[in-house]
Amino acid sequence: MVLARNKAGFWQRFSQAISKHYELYLLFLPVALWFLIFCYIPMGGIVIAFKNYKVLKGLWNSPWVGFANFERFLTSPAFRDTLGNTIIISLMNLLFVFPAPIVFSILLNEVQHVGPKRVIQTISYLPHFISWTIAGGLFYMLLSPSLGAVNGVIKWMGGTPVNFMGESRYFRWILVFSSIWKTLGWSAIIYLAAVAGVDEELYDAAKMDGAGRFRRIWNVTLPSITNVIVIMLILQVGSILNVNFEQVFVLINSALYDVGETIEYYIYRVGLFSTNNYSLGATVGLFKSVVGLVLILITNKLSKRISEDGGIW
Amino acid sequence: MKKRKPFSLADASFNTVNFLIMTVVVFITLYPFWYVLVASFSSMNHLYTSQLLLWPDGLNLTSYRFVLSNDRVPRAFLNSAFIVVVGTAISMLLTTLGAYVLSKPYLPGRNAFTGFIVLTMLFSGGLIPFYMTVQFLGLIDTIWALIIPSAISSYNMIIMRNFLQGIPSALEESAHIDGATHLQVLLRIYLPLSAPVLATITLFYAVSYWNSFFYAIIFLNRQELQPIQVLLREVLQQSRVDMLVSEDYRLNSPTETVKMALVIVTIVPIIVIYPFLQKYFVKGVLIGSLKG
Repeated sequence: MVLARNKAGFWQRFSQAISKHYELYLLFLPVALWFLIFCYIPMGGIVIAFKNYKVLKGLWNSPWVGFANFERFLTSPAFRDTLGNTIIISLMNLLFVFPAPIVFSILLNEVQHVGPKRVIQTISYLPHFISWTIAGGLFYMLLSPSLGAVNGVIKWMGGTPVNFMGESRYFRWILVFSSIWKTLGWSAIIYLAAVAGVDEELYDAAKMDGAGRFRRIWNVTLPSITNVIVIMLILQVGSILNVNFEQVFVLINSALYDVGETIEYYIYRVGLFSTNNYSLGATVGLFKSVVGLVLILITNKLSKRISEDGGIW
Repeated sequence: MKKRKPFSLADASFNTVNFLIMTVVVFITLYPFWYVLVASFSSMNHLYTSQLLLWPDGLNLTSYRFVLSNDRVPRAFLNSAFIVVVGTAISMLLTTLGAYVLSKPYLPGRNAFTGFIVLTMLFSGGLIPFYMTVQFLGLIDTIWALIIPSAISSYNMIIMRNFLQGIPSALEESAHIDGATHLQVLLRIYLPLSAPVLATITLFYAVSYWNSFFYAIIFLNRQELQPIQVLLREVLQQSRVDMLVSEDYRLNSPTETVKMALVIVTIVPIIVIYPFLQKYFVKGVLIGSLKG
């Protein structure tokens, strides 16, 4: 009885909601359809990770293979190599790219005149708006052994030119440097906003107590942005499997795969670029999505614990 | 009474060092752009002989003539312009509709809709199933492959929803009493009040359409549909520009400087709207960092 009544209640409410708000539902329809087609259908397409997909047989008639694709990936050297590259590059980013905008925003905040401060900030986010195609091209040109300005300086100082993009040992540092170049000013925005919110009186009080610049930075500025830093750090850790794909895509060349091929690049290479192995590509993609989801859920929980409005949702 | 600032050696040396650091940051940020600009106006000879390129050897327009005198560059530029204009229009339409509906606290099912969207930010089918979906829809080798599959950014929709939620509901209620439909409320009341967020998100979309290149690489084979970023990438990669240059020019083609000129042509639209960009983007980041 109770069940039946609840059921009737649900359908009644449902039809009431539709008749009362049909216009809003109608307005939402195209949006819902878009998400269905471009986000949820691909999620369903994950089934090919469990099949041996053959173009001629199509999605339905390709044979099921269970976890064979996963086994193949997880036991292949590509798994160890791409996961290793991804994590190493991410850790280098965490160590060098992550602190850069924090230091930059603190130092920029110490610039005494408003005019130069604004000019520097405006210049600092210019690279953010440039596509990675261009940024990648710029780095290739500046680092070129024959023409590049970097080697120009090396030659001028009497050194021998270095083939930066042709040798594995420089590649990860080039990723780090180009990330800093492209994201420094942009990532600093959020820290600058936090720094700007610090009460001037705190600085004055610290000055009265005879605190120098470093002391003031350490005891006033830094504590005021610690919350933001911690949240950003946790988010960064949660996305440890995401090395910027476009960046790797434009900078890598086949001489650099051993140090630069990330999981995402591998998906592209085996799935679409060199072999068209859709099933393997989808398998690696699913692996990455699942691990990524788990990491985000954990880190979001963590950041919620640290600060009440810390979570991303 | 205002006291005179006492001179402090520590303070002064801090400022000097800080000034130097900032100068280095600004130099490193700007030098690549300067390099390209200078190189695009230089002769090949100058490019090869000067070590740190700081000034062009005159105002050499040959490279720009190369770039603009062939069919492919203007064509690719127009393709990109089409993608930006039509794509941004479609994106704004869908994003506004979604954000408006999601901003109604009284709408039954709203939380489910929000969850339906947030879930896609946390988990995705990955590149290959996405590619297969676009293939299945028959969009491969059409310009729509660069627009429709990337039409909505959930992030932008959530930013806009947060903004629309801040508009007092009394305005909407009185309009409904006067018999206005939701579409009218959205167009006549909400949009005029949301100018800053609309500007921000329009620019977000426009820049991302202008700069996107990966989808064009995987979804397009037909050269005549190529956007400028992909053409640029091809030219930069091939270390030769004869593909751009007509027969009579082919001898003596100033390869590197032509590349630079093409980079400049691709950057110019961004530089032109940069004053707006930096103003509204910063606002967007700060709105986006508040959660709804």
